[in-house]
Amino acid sequence: MLDGIFTGLSTAVMPFNLMMVVVGCFAGTFIGMLPGLGPISAVALMIPITYGLDPSSGIILMAGVYYGAVFGGSTSSILINAPGCASTVVTAFDGYPLAQKNQAGKALALAAYSSFSGGTIGALALLFAAPALAKVSLSFQSTDYFALMILGLTAVAAFSGKGQVIKALIMTVFGLMIATVGTDTMSGATRFTFGSLDLIDGISFLLLAMATFALTEVIMTVLKGEHRKEEQQVDMSKLGSMKLSKEEIKEVAPTIARSSVFGFLVGVLPGAGATIASFLAYGLERNLASVKEKLKFGKGSLRGVAAPESANNAASTGSFVPLLTLGIPGSGTTAIMLGALIAYGIQPGPRLFLDNPDVFWSVIISMYFGNLVLLVLNLPLIPYISKLLIIPRPILIPMILFFSITGVYLVSFNTFDIHMMVVITLIALFLKLLEFPMAPMLLGYILGGLMETNLSRALMISDGSLAFLWERPLTLAIISVALIVLIVPPVFDLFRNRKNARGPEAAINEGEG
Amino acid sequence: MDRTIKMSVNERGITMFGKTANKKTLIAAVLTTCLTAGASFHVAAMESIHFLVPGGAGGGWDGTARGVGEALSKAGLVDSISYENMSGGGGGKAIAHLIETANQKHDTLMVNSTPIVIRSLSKVFPQSFRDLTPIAATVGDFGAFVVRKDSKYNSFNDVVAEFNEKPRSVKIGGGSARGSMDHLVAAMAFKASGGDARQVRYVAYDAGGKAMAGLLSGEISILSTGFSEALTLADSGEIRILVMTGEERNEAAPDVPTLKELGYDASFVNWRGFFAAPGISDTEKAEFVTTLKKMYDTDAWENVRARNGWVELFKPDDEFVTFLEQQEKEVGALMRELGFLK
Repeated sequence: MLDGIFTGLSTAVMPFNLMMVVVGCFAGTFIGMLPGLGPISAVALMIPITYGLDPSSGIILMAGVYYGAVFGGSTSSILINAPGCASTVVTAFDGYPLAQKNQAGKALALAAYSSFSGGTIGALALLFAAPALAKVSLSFQSTDYFALMILGLTAVAAFSGKGQVIKALIMTVFGLMIATVGTDTMSGATRFTFGSLDLIDGISFLLLAMATFALTEVIMTVLKGEHRKEEQQVDMSKLGSMKLSKEEIKEVAPTIARSSVFGFLVGVLPGAGATIASFLAYGLERNLASVKEKLKFGKGSLRGVAAPESANNAASTGSFVPLLTLGIPGSGTTAIMLGALIAYGIQPGPRLFLDNPDVFWSVIISMYFGNLVLLVLNLPLIPYISKLLIIPRPILIPMILFFSITGVYLVSFNTFDIHMMVVITLIALFLKLLEFPMAPMLLGYILGGLMETNLSRALMISDGSLAFLWERPLTLAIISVALIVLIVPPVFDLFRNRKNARGPEAAINEGEG
Repeated sequence: MDRTIKMSVNERGITMFGKTANKKTLIAAVLTTCLTAGASFHVAAMESIHFLVPGGAGGGWDGTARGVGEALSKAGLVDSISYENMSGGGGGKAIAHLIETANQKHDTLMVNSTPIVIRSLSKVFPQSFRDLTPIAATVGDFGAFVVRKDSKYNSFNDVVAEFNEKPRSVKIGGGSARGSMDHLVAAMAFKASGGDARQVRYVAYDAGGKAMAGLLSGEISILSTGFSEALTLADSGEIRILVMTGEERNEAAPDVPTLKELGYDASFVNWRGFFAAPGISDTEKAEFVTTLKKMYDTDAWENVRARNGWVELFKPDDEFVTFLEQQEKEVGALMRELGFLK
């Protein structure tokens, strides 16, 4: 194995392959920054280019584009609230509020550091444990995915401010309802399509995220903008410091470490992926935070940026475990890469690191370089990229509209999606004016949708019995954690309420002050 | 000169000058000269083919259209190739579009596969292959059943024996929704073995990779998938292929028996092929067919085919239509039995 690593290292440091890393990272970052265009489009664009390369270089290029796009996607999430790709939707929850508080520079730098840490920790884990981790990725059955989604949904409260719990719950259920539109895989029946051809594939997550975040935000700015246009424009042009203070580093360091490891493990699961990982990590971080810190989430918490950014990059690295060691793609992006590997005549599987050590190890080692390249590439660019915000709004707003809409169209090539975006934006606008939070809807859509399919699959396998909830240790363990997360805080509060005359209300007020 | 440009000139001519008979005749005369000149110019190569892909970039249909396009272009059989993706409605959007704009789409080929038969039967979209001009099936893939390497099943006969005794204990997974291809192939195999197709316990996953992960995690005991996908998975050493649905054994895996060999009278092939717009002339149809036929002997095609691991399945024109009708009959009967059709 050590021989293989050295072969891989010597392949990875070949000047041409190093160039592929740089080219891939650069192309990926750029495509990732464009709202809506994510890793899958970026990697698909690379297919014709990789035909002419040898396998190691081709896969190194594709991998670079992949994590480069995940890296770059955070930029547009933070600066203009238009998620660059599905896995950076969560980054907008706290990144955009930070940008509004003139801390865009800090948010971007933090996103870059978190992405770097996530990617690097992921690459190291891949280097030392890839073959062993293959077994972990196969230990998850539908029942465990179901339990994991339940755990994720306990984070609903994470997305709601004070007195917003009911609204957050309503929006979660709304998201769940939207997830049911389309063909139900278990029964093959179409649900809530109203006989429309265009709805049988359901409503895509990216479309929903772009409509409720990018488009709604743009229209809100136009509606609100008129009377305080000038002050806002001056405000937004300030980048703010890119430096994090010592206290802030202390605050986010454990978050980054936790989320990187957690994100990597979620990425290893073929049924999850980077988007799920970012949602779960955000929820986990909110659940771990103290009462006071909890209130900051959604309003510009540094931890709220660090968690999803570390997790999505670690997860995209983690998704190479099932791809390389088992030949199982967990996402559309890795499916394209599997196709490329097979086109090269390389069979991913448990024997890959024995049969093609140069490919296997060089790809993993190139990821380590790639993350360094991304950091070096991105940090100095931050001041220039954030100049975006100085663009006068009459120009910036049409640009955001243009990129958001074409971004969604270029994924589906279906004009119906554009109409759908407009309708959803109008609904979202109405809800937003009534102060309903949008994030829980996306959470309900993505986690709730997976929860439903995994539950119905588990029930199909168990013949309708719910016994797996307590008979399968892994499922039971995850469900128990979810229950603890749900029950402990209120009980704890109650307990403290008795001891402490101030009570949680005081703590909340303090948190706001 | 390219045919699309001619067509648009033609259309614009009619709408702009439609009222003046003189100019109309003039334009018609000019166009006829152009057309005849064009025809005598290009004996060997077609001028242009526009591929309409009813799904997004990176999918199976997209890969087939772009692969065939690449071979045609590199072999010099077609001068200019263009592609257009249009997804929605399981392919129904592109079919409707091709029919609506048929008179401007003389150079268009739409890629499709077995699902066009299944989806028009289940009325996902109202049209069927009869509303288009079937040109040819180009490549095909068989169905296959795979198990984990340490599975208790050593042959498909073991699975059938268990199914006939306790149908509910055989859990079959697949990477597509209930009622679509993987499910139907499984139902077909168990029906041929004398069992009740409705008793087949089909566990649906939303993608082939996830179904494979399900098989390896042990929650399902057998997986219904495509033969070429099964081959690459078998190479990884984690699974065994029990049986495939071809008429005879395939040279890529000569050890894998066919269903027919084991005594179950069932075979299935998932074809991928091309359709032109309705109402194109017989000459135009013949030109498409000969161009595709010529492609099979070129190195460019062999290159593309080998890279993708495709199995050649050339069924042109009338042969294609007969094949489609036969498949529609078989699949329809099965879907009726399973309760997907009334």
